[in-house]
Amino acid sequence: MNKEILISVDHVSRYYVNECAVSDISFSVHRGEVLGFLGPNGAGKSTTMQMICGVLSASAGLITVAGHDMFESPKAAKKHIGFLPERPPLYQDLNVDEYLCYAGRLRGIGKTELKEAITYSKQRCGLAESGKRLINNLSKGFQQRVGIAQAIIHSPAVVILDEPTSGLDPNQILEIRELISELGNDHSVILSTHILPEVQSVCDRVLIINQGKLVLDEHLDNLQQDDQITPIKIAFRQPPPLDVLAEIEGVMDIEQIGNHHFKIYCESEINTINRITNLAVTSEWQLYEIIPEKDSLEETFVQLTRGESKPLSDENPDGTVEDPE
Amino acid sequence: MNTIFHIATHELRRLFKSPLAWIIFAVVQFLLAIFFLLILSQFIDPAAASFFANYGVTEIVVVGLLQIAGIILLLITPFVTMHTFSEERQTGTIKLLLSSPVSMTELVLGKYMGVSCYLFLLLVLISLMPLSLLMGTELDLLQLLSAFLGLILLVSSFAAIGLFVSSLTSHSAVAAISTFGILFVLWIMNLPGNTGSEHFREILTYLSLLNHYHNLLDGVFNSADIAYYLLVSAVFIILSIWRLDNERLH
Repeated sequence: MNKEILISVDHVSRYYVNECAVSDISFSVHRGEVLGFLGPNGAGKSTTMQMICGVLSASAGLITVAGHDMFESPKAAKKHIGFLPERPPLYQDLNVDEYLCYAGRLRGIGKTELKEAITYSKQRCGLAESGKRLINNLSKGFQQRVGIAQAIIHSPAVVILDEPTSGLDPNQILEIRELISELGNDHSVILSTHILPEVQSVCDRVLIINQGKLVLDEHLDNLQQDDQITPIKIAFRQPPPLDVLAEIEGVMDIEQIGNHHFKIYCESEINTINRITNLAVTSEWQLYEIIPEKDSLEETFVQLTRGESKPLSDENPDGTVEDPE
Repeated sequence: MNTIFHIATHELRRLFKSPLAWIIFAVVQFLLAIFFLLILSQFIDPAAASFFANYGVTEIVVVGLLQIAGIILLLITPFVTMHTFSEERQTGTIKLLLSSPVSMTELVLGKYMGVSCYLFLLLVLISLMPLSLLMGTELDLLQLLSAFLGLILLVSSFAAIGLFVSSLTSHSAVAAISTFGILFVLWIMNLPGNTGSEHFREILTYLSLLNHYHNLLDGVFNSADIAYYLLVSAVFIILSIWRLDNERLH
């Protein structure tokens, strides 16, 4: 956690005419971190990302990228940023090479390094064979890759991706996710998404934003720690008596919801499930179904973004999650 | 400086990728060829010889053609400039530019240079027609030079106005029509002046876009006319920069 801070967002707000899109948000991103940005539609995710990239300017507050103030020295700050907006900013009438060449030039890559940079970013995004293809003729997934290639062409310290997987098929989503995890090795990545499992699979840290306010800023490890009580649905063909199940270590509460189905509230989820399955095998209960009711992130998300939510205050910078009841 | 150059070449490349650029070349050449033929045949008609007795071929054919070229370009330029910012905004590619280390000044100047380059190429094509007269006769080359300079300045100011209007909207067609309206008004501005007071008329005539062009066409090289066009271009370029900078705030 002693790593260099690459982005710092300090009490930033943004107003559209009279409407407040983002209000008093503060967070920072360290080198090599993959940050997931979650929130319902219209919560202010895109606005925040565009402010970090300098596409929009903040109505109040300070944004610094790699030590450069976005307002005072935007050129120096933008050099360290690669941005993929919600709609990839592609010129449909150019081919991939021409487009990446222009994007590289805009980011100030010199003539000598340009060719190498294009080859490298194409190769990373799986576009090595597509250099001469017209962008207009590429499928949505490939266009998305060109968008990412454009964002990493100048090896920026920070890559900002606004919903990189929206509108893609499941295979493409997996590929893009792999690419993002790879990027996380040597770039800091901020990514916004609606898809919760995506955050769990690629992110180190999650921010949840609701109605323009930051409501959660937490490392994923802390979120998934097993000190909370999680419900599990479980089914046996030869169910044991209730009290046998209730005596298993880690089971806090239990209710029967059918002839074969039980709902178990357990502490330290994984250990308890292990104990139950082992016991089920030795006692021949014929376990055939075991479903965690909700994962912790989803639960936190729903809880924080539905209805009234308390914004993270300054007194509470770690953003401790309230225990879901 | 480098960035301006890259944006300009990109703009130019994209223009030539679209059929629009080529169609404009063809249509302008075609229309001017018709006028060139008409004026030339009138000029060499023996019956009209006494009418043109005091004028040379440069004054009648070349100036006449370039005068019409000015008007045709007034109609055509809006179609060249309409895409510059409107399209970028509509397709979202403007975000690539805004998130890149490029200042608004570089962006606007780059776009302006790209569009101007295209229009200059068009002017080179146009100039070939009167220059072809050199094969058969002598021309007043200084007047020709002054007339071309006038046309270049005129078209540059059209481009600056078109660029600014394009920065106001995200619809190319709206940008084209509005640019056309503004250019047209600036062209005919001296007409209503005939009814008002002399002072009023003088101001309106002075502001009219094509009025200064006529001086240069006649071979009257007045630095005030040149300053006028440079000023118009500069004002609209600065307005575009200002407009785009402001857009990020609201």
